Amino acid sequence: MVLKDLIKPENLVYGKSKVQEDVYMHYCPGCSHGVVHKILSELIEELGIQEKTVGVAPVGCAVFAYNYIDIDWQQASHGRAPAVATGISRMYPENFVFTYQGDGDLASIGAGEIMHACNRGENILVVFINNGIYGMTGGQMAPTTLEGMVTSTTPTGRNVDLNGYPMKITNLMAQLPGTSYVTRQAVHTAAAARKCKRSLKKAIENVLAKKGTSFVEVVSTCNSGWKMTPVAANIWMEMNMIPYYPLGDIKDSVKGGHIIEK
Amino acid sequence: MADIRLMKGNEVLAEAAIRCGCDGYFGYPITPQSEVMETLMARQPWTETGMVVLQAESEVAAINMVYGAAGSGKKVMTSSSSPGISLMSEGLSYIAGAELPCLVVNVQRGGPGLGTIQPSQADYFQAVKGGGHGDYRLITLAPSSVQEMNDFVDLGFELAIKYRNPAMILTDGALGQMMEKVELANFKPRLTNPEIHEKFGSWATTGKPASRKKNIVTSLVMDSEEMEKNNLRFQKKYRTIEENEVRYETIQCDDAEYILVAFGTSSRVCQKAVEIAREKGLKVGLLRPITLFPFPKKIIKELARRAQGFLSVEMNAGQMVEDIILSVYEAGSTVRVNYFGRMGGIIPTPEEVVEALEEKFSWEISYGVKRSY
Repeated sequence: MVLKDLIKPENLVYGKSKVQEDVYMHYCPGCSHGVVHKILSELIEELGIQEKTVGVAPVGCAVFAYNYIDIDWQQASHGRAPAVATGISRMYPENFVFTYQGDGDLASIGAGEIMHACNRGENILVVFINNGIYGMTGGQMAPTTLEGMVTSTTPTGRNVDLNGYPMKITNLMAQLPGTSYVTRQAVHTAAAARKCKRSLKKAIENVLAKKGTSFVEVVSTCNSGWKMTPVAANIWMEMNMIPYYPLGDIKDSVKGGHIIEK
Repeated sequence: MADIRLMKGNEVLAEAAIRCGCDGYFGYPITPQSEVMETLMARQPWTETGMVVLQAESEVAAINMVYGAAGSGKKVMTSSSSPGISLMSEGLSYIAGAELPCLVVNVQRGGPGLGTIQPSQADYFQAVKGGGHGDYRLITLAPSSVQEMNDFVDLGFELAIKYRNPAMILTDGALGQMMEKVELANFKPRLTNPEIHEKFGSWATTGKPASRKKNIVTSLVMDSEEMEKNNLRFQKKYRTIEENEVRYETIQCDDAEYILVAFGTSSRVCQKAVEIAREKGLKVGLLRPITLFPFPKKIIKELARRAQGFLSVEMNAGQMVEDIILSVYEAGSTVRVNYFGRMGGIIPTPEEVVEALEEKFSWEISYGVKRSY
């Protein structure tokens, strides 16, 4: 038996979603973006919402997200994705609109826009990739950079007296009555990725049911920015990032409802 | 029957938006234009035409909401005043770079900085030279009456959609706040979603039907050769706009030896100045640019051949005067171009304008001949 005899539909155990484009990704090997893109593509296909989905790409590594998922996209200026998504969503209330943002984009320059979009309870999904660093610009400190963490702008480690504290912005968003579902997930293991997919599915369904803002943080690695191998980055994330940014649902309620802190 | 009312310029902007089939307004309060959003909220157009009105958390957010909504093929607008337009300028650069149509109104106040809430024309450069980063232009309309505030909302949208480029109504606090008689436009229906799919389906983010490729609204092009091609396309579009969309008004220019050039509020002052000067025996006319970009170069070149001089009358430190000098230079003329203006929110008086004309062109007026630079 040769390999080509095995390639039959009945033998297929794993495939790429049709919504995911068949192109090379520019992301570094080991980066979490690819996994989250894959999950989003699968969910858009599984829920049959390709025709009504519009994504908003940020400034950062994921600026090219529009090359990888076969839906309509708008690229936003740095930090403004929630405002752009608001514009689209208000014009097409029946569409599923989501932003895909990194920590510099969402928690630093875009802190105002994300807070007000969540406070208005815009009927959108926010996917927040938190790897504690500015990846695209070469590894500078982000608001979410851990204390003592070395980056190109904190070469001796983040000093909280000088740079302030790592920001748990997801917890802040959970405090706002406009959000209905706020969760923190990861994709560094198969189990974590499956759990993240369940969370993203719930978040999308909430938006389709017009329940207000759903916010999914994905604690991620940036092995290039962290200057680690992909495996070492996953281990470092488990040991350092996840204790400070613990995984799990922070709020699972309704728009206008109260936070359920765990 | 004509719907004639007595209304404030700012209120008329809101009414005209509803009537021309606008899909959405996103704004942030700032004096002296807050009545635009207040009027819209009081009118509740969402119950009537389905138009969305949303108060954003900042001008930055407002213009990005406009970017999102315009990218989805909808007819949307915002309004602000000078400091707010500065905040919107990054967004306008993105909108121009992504080639989206939208309407932005600047009800100018005096600057720089927080400046004053009184009327000004100090954002001329910002409006006609781009304002934000990169090589782009805004189609800039300058109304001089409440009636034109009404008319230019529809015209602004029409031009923006025709060229897929942001259009700006550059007005000021005086026109925004004053009441005048206005004949309101008839109601035009908003486009339906199927109509938007049909008209703008090649670029708008309406959600991707199986029948077409995905649309990506972006201004990002990493390849320099491709980005230059984009720029060349934009420039070609701006030249087409310059060729086809120039609008201006001439008042008593046929026999005029001295041409006042003024737009908006200062052009109304100049109308009176022309009367006063003519009573004094000075042959003075007024050229009122209606489009500031495209700038009415051709008529200035024509007038430069027979006029003794130009006086640009502006409520700023002399901005449009540079475009007049450029047009005169392009005409190969050596006729003198002067400027007179007031700043800080002060509207010049007609008497001041005539006085400035007599002073700045005293040599020409005394000897009756043209003096070169």
